Amino acid sequence: MEKQQDRDDGAVRIDDPWYDALASGWGEPGGADETAPPAPPAAGAGGHRHRASDIYLEVHRSAAFQEVRSRYRRFVVPATTAFFIWYVAYVITATAAPALMARPVIGAVNVAMVAGLGQFLSTFLLTWAYARHARLRRDRAALDLRWAVFDRTRDAQPALGDDGGKAEPAEGLPLPRQADAARENER
Amino acid sequence: MTGDHQTLALVLFSAFIAVTLAITTWVSRNRRGSAEEFYAGGRLFSPMENGFAIAGDYMSAASFLGISGLIALYGYDGMLYSVGFLVAWLVVLFLVAELVRNCGRFTLADVVASRMSERPVRIAAGTSSVAVSVLYLVAQMVGAGSLVALLLGGTSEAARSWTVIGVGALMVVYVSMGGMRATTWIQIVKAVLLMAGATALTVLVLVRFHGDVNQLLDSAAAQSGHGKDFLSPGLRYGTDWTARLDFISLGLALVLGTAGLPHILSRFYTVPTARAARRSVVWSIGLIGSFYLMTIVLGFGAAAILGTDEVRSSNAAGNTAVPLLALDLGGGAGSTGGTVLFAVVAAVAFATILAVVAGITLASSASVAHDLYASLRRRRGKGYSEVAVARVAAAVIGAAAIALGLLARDLNVAFLVGLAFAVAASANLPVLLYSLFWRNFTTRGAVWSVYGGLVPAVLLVVLSPVASGSPEALFPELDFQLFPLQNPGLVSIPLGFLAGWLGTVTSSEAPDEARHAETEVRALTGAGAV
Repeated sequence: MEKQQDRDDGAVRIDDPWYDALASGWGEPGGADETAPPAPPAAGAGGHRHRASDIYLEVHRSAAFQEVRSRYRRFVVPATTAFFIWYVAYVITATAAPALMARPVIGAVNVAMVAGLGQFLSTFLLTWAYARHARLRRDRAALDLRWAVFDRTRDAQPALGDDGGKAEPAEGLPLPRQADAARENER
Repeated sequence: MTGDHQTLALVLFSAFIAVTLAITTWVSRNRRGSAEEFYAGGRLFSPMENGFAIAGDYMSAASFLGISGLIALYGYDGMLYSVGFLVAWLVVLFLVAELVRNCGRFTLADVVASRMSERPVRIAAGTSSVAVSVLYLVAQMVGAGSLVALLLGGTSEAARSWTVIGVGALMVVYVSMGGMRATTWIQIVKAVLLMAGATALTVLVLVRFHGDVNQLLDSAAAQSGHGKDFLSPGLRYGTDWTARLDFISLGLALVLGTAGLPHILSRFYTVPTARAARRSVVWSIGLIGSFYLMTIVLGFGAAAILGTDEVRSSNAAGNTAVPLLALDLGGGAGSTGGTVLFAVVAAVAFATILAVVAGITLASSASVAHDLYASLRRRRGKGYSEVAVARVAAAVIGAAAIALGLLARDLNVAFLVGLAFAVAASANLPVLLYSLFWRNFTTRGAVWSVYGGLVPAVLLVVLSPVASGSPEALFPELDFQLFPLQNPGLVSIPLGFLAGWLGTVTSSEAPDEARHAETEVRALTGAGAV
C-alpha cells in the first residue's frame, strides 16, 4: 500500500515539478556541494525559444555546471579507461598467451580462473565506487542546477509559470528538493 | 526419456503463459492509447523493479542455455562470454544510463535527434535499432526451438517450427496488448524465476561435489576428454590466429554492444529520474553478475556430471546442457526429482525466452513507430496514431523473426547473440557516445556513423563463414565467403567510430553550440527531462 502511495507521489511530481516533499532526507554525509547559482539570464533576449537556448548556454557556462561536469569526467574517464584496458588485456592474454593463463595457482585453479573472477570482482567494485561517487559528489549539485534551469525557463515563459502561486525561491536560497531524490535517499 | 517430465513441463509452460497473459490483461485495462504508457509504462517503476526487469531483459536463453552449453563443450572459452556480458554493464552505467534517461523520451534516436537535424538522424538510428533487434530476436527464437525440440523428445522439425511460431505469436500478443507495463512485469517475474532456478541448480551442483570447487573443476577436466586444457583458454578460440582474432572481435562486441542495445536503452525510460536509472543499473549489475557466476558453475557442472560427449550428442551446439544437467541432478531420467527439476528448468528457460523476446519486440516496434514512421509519415499523407502503428509493427517484426528463426535454427544461440552485439556496438554506440560527449558532432557525422557501422557489420556477416562456405553455415551449399572472422566487431566497430568522425570533419554544417550546451546541461542535470 505504501508503495502505491509512493507511486502516486511520483505521478504528482511529474505533473508538478514543484511538488515539495518534506525537506528532510538529504542525509548524505559529505554533501558539501554548495553550488553557486548560475549568473542571471541576460535581460531582453528574443522569443521564447531563443530565451530557452540562452538559458542553457548560460547554465552551461556557469561555474556550478562546469564543476558538476568535471566531477563526472574526473571519475568516468579514468575508470572507463582502466576497466577497458583491463578487459582487453584479459581477452588478448587469454587468446594469445594460453600457456601463461594455464599456469596453476592452487589445485585446479589456474591463472585464467583467477583473472576471470578478477573481472567479476573489479566490475562489482567499480559499480559500487561509481554509485557512491555520483551520490555524494554530483547528485545534489545536479539537482540544484536542474531547478535553476526550471526557474529561469519559467521566468522566460510566464505561461508555464502559472502554478498556483507557490512561492518562488529567491536567488541564492536553498532550492526546493525534489521528491524522488529525497525519497530515494531515505531508502 | 519418459513422457512424465514432458507433461509436467508442458503444464508449467501453460501456467507461465496463463499468468503472463493475465498480467497483460490486467495492466492493459483502461490504458490504451498514450505513447508514454505504451513505450515507457508511465515512467513510474521503482529502481528495484526496473533493475529486475533489466536483468530479465538481458539474461536471455542464450545466456542460460548457450553459455552454460559452451562451457560444457569448450570449458574456459565459454566462460569468456560471461565475463564480456558482465563487464559491458560498466559502459552502460558510466557513460549511458543516466545521460540517456535525461536526454531522450522513448528511443535511442531521441537522444541523437535532440541535437541534430531530426529526420535523417531518426531514420538512420531507427533502421539500425530495428536491425539489431531482429538479429537478437532470431537468437531467442532458435533457443526456443531447440529447447522444445529436446523437451518433446526428439528433433521433430514440425514441433520446432510450431514452437517458434507459438513464441512469436505470444510475444506479439504481450507487446501489442500490454505495452511496456506488461512487458516489464513479465520480465520481473521471469528474472525472479530464472535467478531461483539457477540458484537451485548451482546449489545442487555444489552439493554433489561437497562444496569442493577444486573437485568440481578436476572432474570437469577429466570428463571433458581434454584434461587440464579444459580449464584454460584455447579449446575453441586458440587453434589458429583466425580463431583468436575472432574471439578478440567477439570480446569487443560484447563489451561495447550492450550499451547500444535498443531494448536495454528503452528500459531506462521506465523510471522517473536519472538517479533512479542509475540505481536500477546497480541492481541489475548485482543480479546479472551473480547469474553469470552461476552459469560458470552450471557449465563446468554439466561437463563434470554428464561429460562433454553426452552434451554434444544431445545438441551439437550445447544448448541443452542445462536441462540435461537438471534431469541428472534430480535423480536421473524417470525419477520424480529428475522429472520435476527438468520440467522446472525447461519452463524457466521458456519464460526467459518469452520475456526477452517481448522486450526486444517492444523496443523495435518503438523504433519503427516513433522513429521511422514518424519521420516518413508526412510523405504518405494520412497518418495513424503512433501507438497503433507500434502495435502493427510488433506483429510484422514478430513474423520476420519467426521466419528467420526457422532458417537459422542450427546455429548456437550464444554465438547469434554475439552477432547482434557486434551490430549494436558498430552502429548504435558510436553515434550515442559522439552525441553525448562531442561538441563538434554534426548531423552528417551522426548519419555516417550509423550507416558506417551498420553496413560493414551486416556485410561482413554476409561474407563471413556464418553465411556460407562452411558446413555449419546458413547456406552450406553456397560459397561467397570473403571475410575470415565469424564476428565482424573488430573491423566494424572502429569503422563506425571512424565514419562518425569523418562525416563530422567533412561536413559544412557549423556545429551548433547552443544545442550542444543544452544537451550537456540536460544530460548531466536532468533539466527539461520528461
